[in-house]
Amino acid sequence: MITIQANEVNKKYGDTIALRDLSLSVEKGELFGLIGPDGAGKTSLIRILTTLLLADKGTATVNGHDVVKSYRAIRRQVGYMPGRFSLYQDLSVEENLRFFATAFGTTIEANYDVIRDIYQQIEPFRRRRAGALSGGMKQKLALSCALVHRPEVLFLDEPTTGVDPVSRQEFWQILKGLQERGITILVSTPYMDEASLCDRIALIQDGQLLGIDTPAALRKAYPHPLWDLQSSRRYELLHFLRQQEFTLSVFPFGETLHLATRPDVPEHQIRESCYSQGFTDIQLTRIEATIEDCFMDRMAPTADPEIH
Amino acid sequence: MRPLRNIIQKEIWHILRDRRTLLILFGMPIAQILLFGFAITNEIKGADIAVLDRAQDIHSQAVTERLVASGYFTVQATVHSEPEIEQLFRTGQIKMGVIYPSDLGAHLESQQPVEVQFIADATDPNTATTLVNYGRAIVGDYQRELAPLAQPPRQIQTELRMLYNQELESVFLFVPGVMTIILMLVSAMMTSIALTREKELGTMEVLLVSPLRPPLIILGKVIPYVLLSMINTLLILGLSVWVFDMPIRGSFVLLFAESLLFVITALSLGILISTRTSSQQVAMMMSLMVLMLPTILLSGFIFPIESMPQPLQIISHIIPAKWFILIIKDIMLKGVGWAFIWQETLILTGMTTLFIGLSIRNFNIRLS
Repeated sequence: MITIQANEVNKKYGDTIALRDLSLSVEKGELFGLIGPDGAGKTSLIRILTTLLLADKGTATVNGHDVVKSYRAIRRQVGYMPGRFSLYQDLSVEENLRFFATAFGTTIEANYDVIRDIYQQIEPFRRRRAGALSGGMKQKLALSCALVHRPEVLFLDEPTTGVDPVSRQEFWQILKGLQERGITILVSTPYMDEASLCDRIALIQDGQLLGIDTPAALRKAYPHPLWDLQSSRRYELLHFLRQQEFTLSVFPFGETLHLATRPDVPEHQIRESCYSQGFTDIQLTRIEATIEDCFMDRMAPTADPEIH
Repeated sequence: MRPLRNIIQKEIWHILRDRRTLLILFGMPIAQILLFGFAITNEIKGADIAVLDRAQDIHSQAVTERLVASGYFTVQATVHSEPEIEQLFRTGQIKMGVIYPSDLGAHLESQQPVEVQFIADATDPNTATTLVNYGRAIVGDYQRELAPLAQPPRQIQTELRMLYNQELESVFLFVPGVMTIILMLVSAMMTSIALTREKELGTMEVLLVSPLRPPLIILGKVIPYVLLSMINTLLILGLSVWVFDMPIRGSFVLLFAESLLFVITALSLGILISTRTSSQQVAMMMSLMVLMLPTILLSGFIFPIESMPQPLQIISHIIPAKWFILIIKDIMLKGVGWAFIWQETLILTGMTTLFIGLSIRNFNIRLS
């Protein structure tokens, strides 16, 4: 059963195109990731699906309701956590949660089981003003507020941006837990490493879909031989490899380089050409593609996105 | 009603927890009323004068006594030469010099024109003219009293009666004006800021993706400011009655009801501004430029509308504050009832309906 459906959605802001003919569908109970750099159109798509923005062209439904005509039905059934912290800083943790519970015509007590795992972690600070919470705690409070009315669909716009790695990991554990309760989750993130935690992902760049599948299938579909290179002179090596005839693409990846080559280029050929240029300390390993490799491969060649 | 109560309570928390704003909200009306009532006034009380008495007789002493008894003047110095007067002007010790000629007594008794010389400091022309006029009137009165039996000179005497404010207390003029400004400020500016704050902080996004209906959100956010404004109204009226002895000659209930109407007018303007802006700063600037300046300059509070050029007079008709000032002056000072102010009330009601209608049309159920 399809819970979220977007059909050829287009959105423009003046001359800037945010979304072009974007279509996707999310199954009920799925944990679905929108992966893409800043400015890819993730927020626009989420805002169209949460009835906050009108698409210029195309249609979309959430839980079977049209986002334009039945926006009020959708607003009752979804939980939404915007990209930046959007709670009342001068209200305490408990007051924020109570306010949103009442706004949805329910109480904290009635739905305590949904938020218990998350809220328990910040409950010791329930009298503290939300503005005085740490980044990770703010995020948990915002999630509690988005969940307090037991939504069927949850939209999270870059929930882990600006959160420390430990809290990020914890947060994904929480999302898995919510998924087990049958909540359909659409989450956007610029962090490629979080993609593998989703059931299915959509890679988005410049408002266009680059690919949509399970993370494993996307990685498997990577079409080229891929190598990981380490060297103490990484920058020079990058420039050297860019000029080689066997190179399809090469880009920095953390501390190393990822090199995609033409098919059937033997390992010793790469090794020897590096040695001949004095890169004697290289370590060359054949690797499986990561989501980031898939993204770079599918990306428009001219674009230079900011990848985290 | 629970969701509405929920929003009202939240808004009250916001207001009460923002100590600085709270202080402004209640401190400003008190400060403004006291400032306008005591300090910024165009009445003259106890202006310092220097007296050069060349006559040294009972008449010159009697005139000086009357100058002092009027309350307008205080004798700061008695001098013996004109240069001394000039010296006192230079050091800023006096506002006016009075010189009696040596033949003062003779002239007064023979009903001839008297030449008492008043020298005033015209760097402040309004005060100088007022002082000289007061002095001249006092001398004239004295002269007429001296010769009740003599042939009255052929001249037209004017008799003044200042209706509704016989003492010409300027505070009577300022209270309606200050009240109007405060209500405008609290109601329009504070609500437009409170509403745009939700947009700026992103909380409006979260509120919109909820079953709360937008009119309910606005109503809930606005009601606390209605209460605040009405408390301010009582505060201002209390100060003006008990500190400045300003009368409320008409019905207090009517005055209160009209104030409530004006508060709603101002609120609807605030809502309208918030529908057109998305940052608190812009909302504040718009409130100041579009609402405060016209309210202060074109409402007749400081500058009389009758002496404005024709185009400005026409513009003043669309300033809600103008009508409200007319209404409060009528009720407080003239003591008139509903029959005399229904037209102004109708105009204000019409404006309010228009503003609310425009706000509803402009309010976005979405983000852009």
